[in-house]
Amino acid sequence: MAVSLTVEFSGGLEALFNNSRSMNLSLASRDGSESSPTIADLVVHLCEKVMTSKRRELFVIDGYHVRPGILVLINDADWELEGEEEYVIQQGDQILFASTLHGG
Amino acid sequence: MPPPAESTQPQAASILPRRSVPLSTSTCELCHIRKPFLRRPKTGQKICQPCFFHVFEREIHNTISSRNLFYRGERVAIGASGGKDSTVLAHVLKVLNERYDYGVEFVLLSIDEGIKGYRDDSLETVKRNKDQYVMPLEIVSYKELYDDWSMDDIVAQIGNRNNCTYCGVFRRQALDRGAQKLGIKHVVTGHNADDMAETVLMNLLRGDTARLDRCTEIVTQSADSPVKRSKPLKFTYEKEIVLYAHYKKLDYFSTECIYSPEAFRGTARTLIKNLETVRPSAIVDIIRSGETFALERKKGGTALKLGSCERCGYISSNRICKACVLLEGLNAGRAAVQVNGVEYEPDEGAALRKRLEHLSF
Repeated sequence: MAVSLTVEFSGGLEALFNNSRSMNLSLASRDGSESSPTIADLVVHLCEKVMTSKRRELFVIDGYHVRPGILVLINDADWELEGEEEYVIQQGDQILFASTLHGG
Repeated sequence: MPPPAESTQPQAASILPRRSVPLSTSTCELCHIRKPFLRRPKTGQKICQPCFFHVFEREIHNTISSRNLFYRGERVAIGASGGKDSTVLAHVLKVLNERYDYGVEFVLLSIDEGIKGYRDDSLETVKRNKDQYVMPLEIVSYKELYDDWSMDDIVAQIGNRNNCTYCGVFRRQALDRGAQKLGIKHVVTGHNADDMAETVLMNLLRGDTARLDRCTEIVTQSADSPVKRSKPLKFTYEKEIVLYAHYKKLDYFSTECIYSPEAFRGTARTLIKNLETVRPSAIVDIIRSGETFALERKKGGTALKLGSCERCGYISSNRICKACVLLEGLNAGRAAVQVNGVEYEPDEGAALRKRLEHLSF
């Protein structure tokens, strides 16, 4: 089942996505099943369909795992409280990827 | 709200006092009322936003008060780049100065390295911060301090390889000179716990035992600088700084410097971030290790003799200060370009410095 969500990038990650800081997406589960997509599905989608930079390693490592040092907030809550990659995206969710790696 | 647990010396989650009530995952572990918004990397606690603001600010206050970082009436410059760390530092220092009545006068001090598309934009952020935090702002530029050289000019001449060496030497002196211009003897910087763990690792991996010894000190006063430096965010995790800036909607600038960063530092940083994923307390644990290393001193130690640079008159432990040595190389290159109209052959910064030091002694 497809859900619509808002994805935001900050901390320099926007540079990998055509300098876009915020976008609305409609996303279905990767395996085409009836279940709603997860953050893992979203990350694959972002890498395959949305990313404009070739430097994918700045976003994911070891396949499609979000690189350590990138903070993920689901409706402003730390994704560590929500099951990280396994979190099932709900209609209207707001998901922020923020790099903490840039200088201060 | 009950007072949340505090710590200036962060502890691993396993040694936190056990509570008799079972942990609930649906409410904040500090106030037990609101929905938790984040997990603290330092302690593993799941907490809500108001409790997070409270412990975040309170821990920085504890660091400041337990180390007596400031005294009443002191004028202190905040090294402000417009980035997340220094913006959070300026914000928190303003809050704490008012809340706990430090009686400190803060000034924002920024360095304009002269990097188009990077520093010019971040300085716009600092200019807004000046109004947001009601603090005076002083900007000193490489161009005015160093014979009209901006970083863009330097990179155009030496290429993209050693530019961090130049920038590092120049920035250190520029902060000192900016502070002196303001009659200030104390500069605070936004170095956080992740930065410090990274520096400990780098010094360890390079075998730089002299620096390994000192790099975890919260206050540093080096022989060739009249200005004291301190790091109030020494125990503050980068993750929490980013979250704090995000939740408080602080106005900061986040773009990587356009010139290639030092590869070694980047590798150390990646290692730290990977370690943090597996064991969040690793960051403060590395700092703790750095603090408690006791290194054997060589007999007849090499106490630095203070003098002043023969060229610029600035305090230096060498006859000619590092900045002037680098400048000499740059100016020689500029003259060669002007005379011959040919490109100057880039030199390794370190090799150049050694050669010149050898000549002058």
